[in-house]
Amino acid sequence: MVRQAIDPELVARLDEVGNQMKDGVDTEQVRAVLEEMLSTMSGNIGGADPRMMEELEELSSFIEATKAEIAAIRPKEIPDEHIPEATDELDAVIEATEVATNSIMEAAEMIEAVAEGVSDEQADILSQAITQIYEACSFQDITGQRIHKVVGALKEIEQKVETVVEKFGPDRETREELKRKRQAEKDAVEGADGEINEEDLLQGPQMAEVANSQDEIDALLADMG
Amino acid sequence: MTVDKEMKILVVDDYKTMIRIIRNLLKQLGFHNVEEATDGSSALTKLRDGSFKLCISDWNMEPMTGFQLLKEVRADSKLSDLPFIMVTAESKTENVVAAKQAGVNNYIVKPFNAATLKAKLVGVIGDF
Repeated sequence: MVRQAIDPELVARLDEVGNQMKDGVDTEQVRAVLEEMLSTMSGNIGGADPRMMEELEELSSFIEATKAEIAAIRPKEIPDEHIPEATDELDAVIEATEVATNSIMEAAEMIEAVAEGVSDEQADILSQAITQIYEACSFQDITGQRIHKVVGALKEIEQKVETVVEKFGPDRETREELKRKRQAEKDAVEGADGEINEEDLLQGPQMAEVANSQDEIDALLADMG
Repeated sequence: MTVDKEMKILVVDDYKTMIRIIRNLLKQLGFHNVEEATDGSSALTKLRDGSFKLCISDWNMEPMTGFQLLKEVRADSKLSDLPFIMVTAESKTENVVAAKQAGVNNYIVKPFNAATLKAKLVGVIGDF
């Protein structure tokens, strides 16, 4: 209905913009807003009101610039890489402290068993020490619960960033292009003079599934002579 | 009234390490007859099947929390008098009030020490 009142060329442009921005924003909403705006105007907006046209183009450029800025800070990396990496690291902390705690408790239980065969006085001292170990081991439960809370908060942030990226971030094509560019930059750095940036070497403890075991490292060193 | 140290005690916690800690502390206090469950539902099944004299439960577990377990226990005619101690990191006033209103006998905040555990046990089952 409204479309009939608008210059067909403008309608065609709106369709084109709508198709281009399909992955980035809710195009139907943009179209509805623009159509509503245009329906309130009268006459040939292309010729009779060049100022309005100019402002619309400025608005369009502003939106494009904002999208480019958002794309430049690579927001998709937050939900795709940074947050999953952080949550995996935190899960690994829980696992490592659990393993360590159980190991400490096993040792304490062994001492407790031996303590049954010593004098009463010594047994009392050992018993007190073992009780302290058991009490201290409860840190694992508390830290585990705190870390779970942090993981929950990170997942919440991940979802919100994902929503923002879907609405305002670069479209899929641009994201792919940025990804290719980044990989090319990385390859160029690693390839130059065969040198590796030291920052890339400082990754901290590795996740169990990607970490090399001591045996693997020994084998690697042996292979290298 | 003397406390029967052979009484059956159920320890409920989704952290196996915490179960182990409580089990060991109970052992040091002379209680050896300890069973365990890792969530409210399995705890309820065990409580209904066995002749437990005390339940020591965590609050924050899935799918059934310790609080829901407490309410189920109090709603069950055969278990309604079972001494129930909550051991949890949830230390907010509203938690303690809710647990008390639901019929908890005592409330221990994590982290806790052996002396606190003993004091709360004495308060619930009598001196030993």
